Amino acid sequence: MSKELIRLRDLIMEFDGERILDGINLYINDHEFLTLLGPSGCGKTTTLRIIGGFLTPTSGTVIFDGETINDVPPYKRQINTVFQRYALFPHLDVYDNIAFGLRVAKLPKQEIDARVKEMLEIVSLRGYENRHIDSLSGGQQQRVAIARALVNRPKVLLLDEPLGALDLRLRKDMQNELKRIQQALGITFIYVTHDQEEALSMSDTIVVMDKGRIQQIGKPEDIYNEPKNAFVADFIGESNILDGVMLEDYRVKFFDREFQCVDKGFAPNEPVDVVIRPEDVDIVPVREGHLVGKVTAITFKGLNYDIIVEFKGFKWLIQSTDYQAVGSTIGIRLNPEDIHIMHKSEYSGMFGDYSSYSAEYDELTEDAGDEKE
Amino acid sequence: MKRTNRFITILIFIFLYIPMAVLVVASFNTGKNITHFDGFTLQQYVKLFKDDGLLELLRNSLVVSILASLIATAFGTVAAIGINGLNPKLRKAAMSLTNIPMTNPDIVTGVSLSLLFVFVGSKLLGQRNSLTFWTLLIAHVTFNLPYVILNIMPKLKQMDESLTDAALDLGCTHVQAFFKVTIHEIMPGIISGAIMAFTMSLDDFVISYFVTGLDFVTLPVEIYSYTKKPIQPKIYAMFTLLFLLIFVLMVISNVIQLMGDKKRQVARGK
Repeated sequence: MSKELIRLRDLIMEFDGERILDGINLYINDHEFLTLLGPSGCGKTTTLRIIGGFLTPTSGTVIFDGETINDVPPYKRQINTVFQRYALFPHLDVYDNIAFGLRVAKLPKQEIDARVKEMLEIVSLRGYENRHIDSLSGGQQQRVAIARALVNRPKVLLLDEPLGALDLRLRKDMQNELKRIQQALGITFIYVTHDQEEALSMSDTIVVMDKGRIQQIGKPEDIYNEPKNAFVADFIGESNILDGVMLEDYRVKFFDREFQCVDKGFAPNEPVDVVIRPEDVDIVPVREGHLVGKVTAITFKGLNYDIIVEFKGFKWLIQSTDYQAVGSTIGIRLNPEDIHIMHKSEYSGMFGDYSSYSAEYDELTEDAGDEKE
Repeated sequence: MKRTNRFITILIFIFLYIPMAVLVVASFNTGKNITHFDGFTLQQYVKLFKDDGLLELLRNSLVVSILASLIATAFGTVAAIGINGLNPKLRKAAMSLTNIPMTNPDIVTGVSLSLLFVFVGSKLLGQRNSLTFWTLLIAHVTFNLPYVILNIMPKLKQMDESLTDAALDLGCTHVQAFFKVTIHEIMPGIISGAIMAFTMSLDDFVISYFVTGLDFVTLPVEIYSYTKKPIQPKIYAMFTLLFLLIFVLMVISNVIQLMGDKKRQVARGK
């Protein structure tokens, strides 16, 4: 395991009496790709700005390499930032933008030149030295922003929704590019995004945040497969979340039926949230089904169909490659590993019901609004 | 409707510029009588440049205007940045406070400044003659400041705040960030503010009249005293030159503004 580089202890941030961060505790290892993931206003950008030195927390400590850096200004931190809208200097060309930090540090001319050239190579922008910032595309501006930050050889690179302004195709390319650069240079990346797919595909560690608090920290697989509460289950991927009762270890009851599961360690008869991922449900003929429901809607999504099925007044989302006619009755089977049990939380009952599902659901929840600071 | 609008616009421009045209024509007139154009001559311009008295007045005016506008621009830029950094409520209050002196009648500003200078000069510093070039300069800086701030504020608001953050992030102190980044972004506002301050200074009579001593007289103050006797045609020549100077400055200022906006649009258009 690599060594710990940054630790945030009991961070609290308040603006005008409003609590933006409510006790953040987090450590970040050297060479790690860590993502702060959450909806707009969850405090992820605020956390990033505190690490960058642009905000001083109301209380709590920021420790960098063993030293408290709460009051160290940004220009004295070995941390650089790629800003949300790049924040390239419009009066300078590509070369001068990238050389900016090195010139402030008064490095010898040859070294500046060598490092800028090297950086241009890494972000595939050789030959763009004298181009004006205005004449670059969004993706190119993005690369300049990354080069401008990395050329200073920081220990940590902060990235604030860096791909938010790019179109889908370019975003995918840049995701791979960023991951490649991170691995090649071995720099710690702290990445802020509201896009769960981006987080899952790039990160070593994901920190899911909501309402100024950390909801879960873990590897992408763990976050997806073992969400801690209804918020995480709903925010990372799609989830059907049901009320259940944990009878004993490995036995859960919901919809008046007992199921085998793989979870344990709950109190006997503890009320719990049961998570069932839409892609884990097997559709079977009615007589073979654990549960029987009626198809109320179906939408073609390319890879699969999104099928809304009603079970005893509760609507589930099921993803299947097979078409099911609206109005037909189907059976489903659940294997023990398809069922994930969570303790009840403040989020219980708020997510996981697809009664109001519509095809626009995705777009509505992926509102990329600016985070309040 | 459109035609009437255009007609009225043209009419307004005629009203605005006909007096200037009359002045310019008069400056080239061979005759002494302005109601009658006798013939073309550059004689008045020659006379103007031979009149040391007039030239000294002009020089005084330029010295005060240039110094006052430069000082006001430096202070105003710093003030604008300070005001922009305030929270929204305080910022609004500060902007109202800086705007009031602009609407205040010049005569009130002039008399109050004069009282202040005399009070400070004679009571505190024990001077016998407290109104000098320096009081005139201070007065000009004072009334120029709001114009500079007013010109710079919109540029600061338009500027992407993360540019300053980026400069700090890349190792600049706040002062370095200002000189390496911020100043480039707000330069059009600084230039137009400076030009506006210069023109306000150059033609100020009312405030100058109250705050300057006898040993340093500016052009407008002197000319005002001419109204009791006939104005010599060489003065027309000087006014024509002054008008041209201001006109050119205003054109430059507008062009700079336009270019700044266009660049920004291109940058934002992505």
